[in-house]
Amino acid sequence: MKTMSNIERVLSGGGFVVTSECGPPRGSDGEVIRRKGGLLKGYVDGVNVTDNQTSVVRMSSLASCVLLKGLGLEPILQMVCRDRNRIAIQSDLLGAAALGISNVVCLTGDHQVFGDHKTAKNVFDLDSIQLVGTVKQLRDEGRFLGGDEVHGRPGLFIGAAENPFADPFEIRARRLGKKVRAGCDFIQTQCIYNVERFERWMLEVRSLGLSDRVAILGGVTPFKSVGMARYMKEKVPGMDVPEELIARLKGVPKERQSEEGVRICVETIKRLREIPGVRGVHIMAIEWEEKVPEIVEAAGLLPRP
Amino acid sequence: MIVGDRKPLEEILEMIKSYKKILLLGCNECVTVCAAGGEREVGVLATELNLVRMKDGPGIEIKEHTLERQCDYEYIDQIRPFVEEYEAILSMACGAGVQYVAEHFAQKPVIPAVNTTFLGVTIEQGVWSERCQGCGECVLERTGGICPIARCAKSLLNGPCGGSSQGKCEVDREVDCGWQLIIDRLTGLDLLDRYDEVVAVKDWKTARDGGPRRRVREDLRL
Amino acid sequence: MRLNYPANLKVVKVPCTGRVDVLLMLKAFESGVDGVCLAGCLEGECHYLKGNLRARKRVEYVKKLLDEVGLGAERIAMYNMSAAQGQRFAEMARDITEKIRALGPTPVKAGARAREQGPRPGENEKEKGGE
Repeated sequence: MKTMSNIERVLSGGGFVVTSECGPPRGSDGEVIRRKGGLLKGYVDGVNVTDNQTSVVRMSSLASCVLLKGLGLEPILQMVCRDRNRIAIQSDLLGAAALGISNVVCLTGDHQVFGDHKTAKNVFDLDSIQLVGTVKQLRDEGRFLGGDEVHGRPGLFIGAAENPFADPFEIRARRLGKKVRAGCDFIQTQCIYNVERFERWMLEVRSLGLSDRVAILGGVTPFKSVGMARYMKEKVPGMDVPEELIARLKGVPKERQSEEGVRICVETIKRLREIPGVRGVHIMAIEWEEKVPEIVEAAGLLPRP
Repeated sequence: MIVGDRKPLEEILEMIKSYKKILLLGCNECVTVCAAGGEREVGVLATELNLVRMKDGPGIEIKEHTLERQCDYEYIDQIRPFVEEYEAILSMACGAGVQYVAEHFAQKPVIPAVNTTFLGVTIEQGVWSERCQGCGECVLERTGGICPIARCAKSLLNGPCGGSSQGKCEVDREVDCGWQLIIDRLTGLDLLDRYDEVVAVKDWKTARDGGPRRRVREDLRL
Repeated sequence: MRLNYPANLKVVKVPCTGRVDVLLMLKAFESGVDGVCLAGCLEGECHYLKGNLRARKRVEYVKKLLDEVGLGAERIAMYNMSAAQGQRFAEMARDITEKIRALGPTPVKAGARAREQGPRPGENEKEKGGE
């Protein structure tokens, strides 16, 4: 094992990993994150904490991870390239390791035009693939990007994201290859609704020999209503929501739609488990964290190892 | 060429409000090509300023003059014989030109009338688009002649990001995704294998990040 | 046709409205006129193919500039007509005169600038013809 990561432990034991996610508050009240974490405890192997997602200022991911660790959860630090240069990034990685955080997911970061500080400067000193390489260099070679020796290597399990449904579709598997060559240990995908299309992507991923070298966790998000499903289908780029799912939700009375959404999610997880090369699931139920225990149980994923 | 946009009239009026006699200096190169500060734009601005000051007072006298360039002292020198007569110089050149005029006439307030924006090209008459950010280490050979620093909103060297959608950038659906363009071009050139190379972190020292830049050719110095 | 049109209209003939550029339109206002109108060929029938279309774009641009300087976009207008439409010409003249009268005289005092160029007696409007 390269690290003390619980995710790594479950994977090396051959288990099917379950991770989830929570967003920090827009203020300094730690209780918010502790409450969300409390809902997930015992049902997941690790919890992602987002990093100023959509460029909206929130409590830092690093601080929130520490609060979750205090509850006995396994935090997964999300780190974007938008706000920090390589000096701050390496510094935060060392700090995270010192505070007992064992997982980091390396992301590009949404452009600041989406958030509440549109006039900010952006950084992007590194891109997400170079960030993966940076973590690997610190951990496995014990060297900073500048070349000096790291005294106390950070034991971080390296994750990244990939969207099998995004444009340009034809290079998404090759891009995964770059992340793997840069040193990525696990991948969390964008939420999957079109399982057939995902299976085709996994076919290409396997043919490139990538699924042996990186653990792929399929992302899922339960629909709360047909309105949410339609919104995601029409308004969110890189999202593939098959018409039959919309029809399923429409065919059910309004007050039962969230139940149906959860059912669809559980079915998706069961199908993902059957796909060779898929080593786990990443459940993103933002602001609906209370549904995660139900989903994990219904998908037959309890008890957690 | 360098592309800019003339400042809003209100802003210019505010900056020159205490002057009654000014020299309005245009430039015959880049700002002429992008129709921001050439002889024609000097004429239009002078007329606009005059209309307002005639209407609202106090009156203003504006001398219109366009130099070949404002980034070479030989041309700036041409206004030396008459610059003293004016209280201030309103320059329509790019930021480099405005500053150079100010350096050569340190006793005269020099005011910019143009917001300088980017290094770009003419797509068609009336449309100009950014192409280069002067990073000092050109990688165009690797990306089929399309710059990932200038044409990707996040300057990614291993793009695209997850926000690319139907060939457009997440920042603005009118803006092309630089990496989609690169991938299409490499595919067309049968060079898509270049895409698989993991590009190492950039040395930003040659860019703005390293500090104000200077270039010297000793062999050309007199 | 010997139709009447208001005497306060000064006609400036040009081979095509496409020849009239932004600066020319602005300078007219600088010289003290109350309004400007362009009479160009019907769209699609420009003798020089696109001149009248370019003129329309420029008139739209000058409208914005006139709003910026506080004179008002309404003081300039473009009309399209064929050489045979004498009625339309008279109509345009009456139309623009009414409009400008309602807006009142130009707030730009002729001032020092116009004095330099010499007085222009009795002139309220300028008009530039097409074809």
